[in-house]
Amino acid sequence: MSTLEIRGLKVSVDTENGAVEILKGVDLTIKSGETHAIMGPNGSGKSTLAYSIAGHPKYNITGGTVTLDGADVLEMTVDERAKAGLFLAMQYPVEVPGVSVSNFLRTAVTALRGEAPKLRTWVGEVKDAMEALNMDPSFAQRNVNEGFSGGEKKRHEIMQLELLKPKIAILDETDSGLDVDALRIVSEGVNRAKASENIGVLLITHYTRILRYIKPDFVHVFANGKIVEEGGPELADKLEANGYAEYVSA
Amino acid sequence: MTTLTTNYLTPTGREEAWRFTPLKRLGGMHDGSAVVADRHSLSFVGTKAQGVSFELKPASDAPVLSESDDAIVGRIREAGKDVAVLTISANTEVADPIILGRSQGSLESAEFSRVQINVQNHARATIIVENTGDTHLAEDIEISVAAGASLTLVSLQEWSSKTVHAARLHTVVDRDATFKSVVVTIGGSLVRMLPTVEFAGPGASCELFGVYFATSGQFFEHRMFVDHKVANAKSRVNYKGALAGDQAHTVWIGDVFIRAAAEGTDTYELNRNLLLSDGARADSVPNLEIETGEIVGAGHASTTGRFDDEQLFYLMSRGINLADARRLVVRGFFNEIISEIGQDDIQTRLMDRIDDELAKAGA
Repeated sequence: MSTLEIRGLKVSVDTENGAVEILKGVDLTIKSGETHAIMGPNGSGKSTLAYSIAGHPKYNITGGTVTLDGADVLEMTVDERAKAGLFLAMQYPVEVPGVSVSNFLRTAVTALRGEAPKLRTWVGEVKDAMEALNMDPSFAQRNVNEGFSGGEKKRHEIMQLELLKPKIAILDETDSGLDVDALRIVSEGVNRAKASENIGVLLITHYTRILRYIKPDFVHVFANGKIVEEGGPELADKLEANGYAEYVSA
Repeated sequence: MTTLTTNYLTPTGREEAWRFTPLKRLGGMHDGSAVVADRHSLSFVGTKAQGVSFELKPASDAPVLSESDDAIVGRIREAGKDVAVLTISANTEVADPIILGRSQGSLESAEFSRVQINVQNHARATIIVENTGDTHLAEDIEISVAAGASLTLVSLQEWSSKTVHAARLHTVVDRDATFKSVVVTIGGSLVRMLPTVEFAGPGASCELFGVYFATSGQFFEHRMFVDHKVANAKSRVNYKGALAGDQAHTVWIGDVFIRAAAEGTDTYELNRNLLLSDGARADSVPNLEIETGEIVGAGHASTTGRFDDEQLFYLMSRGINLADARRLVVRGFFNEIISEIGQDDIQTRLMDRIDDELAKAGA
């Protein structure tokens, strides 16, 4: 049983006009097995929350705490956060030229497990993960995210989620740019990871359609750098009907 | 006597061709003050396949294939030493790579060495030149790839730290012949390579790949020249370099000349540099001179940048520590070129050396 606890988190970024505060005090607790949807309009700070938890150097933490099972996440380097059990599926996964998917995955899994995986079982593990996401075997020999379509990038992210087995996964707009078939395949991957590893999921999205495939236990509405309303799955239905207008104008 | 001529050619450092090179570190190979050694260090490794010969010939039996205005090449030719000649007979296809090597050098004297490689009509071969140890070496390598022939040349500068190596690597590519080279420079104090190509017949093509990795105090210069003097030839140049540590300095010059007669030319050259620490300097100068507009394409690109923070973040967010993430990015950067060698054992050896250099530089 793991708990990611975010308390009063404030984050700013440096701009030409000085520091600009993006997160203005975020409180959120995610436990193993729970799925939290964070929904909000563009520019509300949803992705900033995701990247701040993962430790992206662009974001300056100006207040608050983030702990995973009591350990201070904000004191950890980026790789230490992953080793502690955090995973971020990125909206725009980065190309790494010359590094094959296969090499990348093996390096990551070796770092996380503390030892190189046994070759025979590892090959099978990767093959199964790729098949489950409808990915061609040749994918493993391609360079990380280089020349991938939008859908391939997202499948690659979810494949990592399934292989790296984090405690808490943050999915940043994993649904964006996916057609219905890809959305279903990717969602099934998330549900498989949840079912087998009891992962806690923080699902960041602009649209409600992914919630038809990944059922949230809690829905949080994010606007202007903080959570402005919270509820159960029914809140998503309300957003579907009314949009974000009332939160943005407020 | 030609003494006056070469004295006249002694570079001062103001010439375009010498403006980056630290002349004082050349061990006198450029100005006639070097002690010229008797040694012939280039050796043939392994057994010679049928149709392959390697022998020392008097200079009079191995006339030059090309003119050169390079001062060091001029002095090598003036020294008139015997010429190491490798010949691959017409219509011979050599399956395994031919390995040449230099390892028996010396820092007490400078070896002035002429080498000729003749790949005769419709022959095919891969030649790997492995340079190791410490030496002072001035080299004039001329290669002829005759009509319909195909040559892959891998030139590995895996020198120890004190080597001074100045070389011209000139290839004449004839009608419908293909030439591919992979030049790797990861060792030595000063290495100045002139990989040059001239097309002698239509339908000829070359692919020139290279990687270099300079750490503290090393100077590596690669000064390319591709001479499109005939129609319908194709050239591709792709050199990548990384630098780490104080006073690491690399120079890449990419000159391409498309003469009036060279209609149908297709050329593209690319140089990318990765600066891994402060205090290093990468000079990169592509030059394209075009005398005819009737061409298929001509372009070039040059970039010099630092580690991409987004790449490092992505890798680290998967649990990979900073040092390993950097190593992955650098390996990935070089992999595109190194994999062109096509010899797994050599590729592994080079990548390991690059890892070592990276670790030593603490970048």
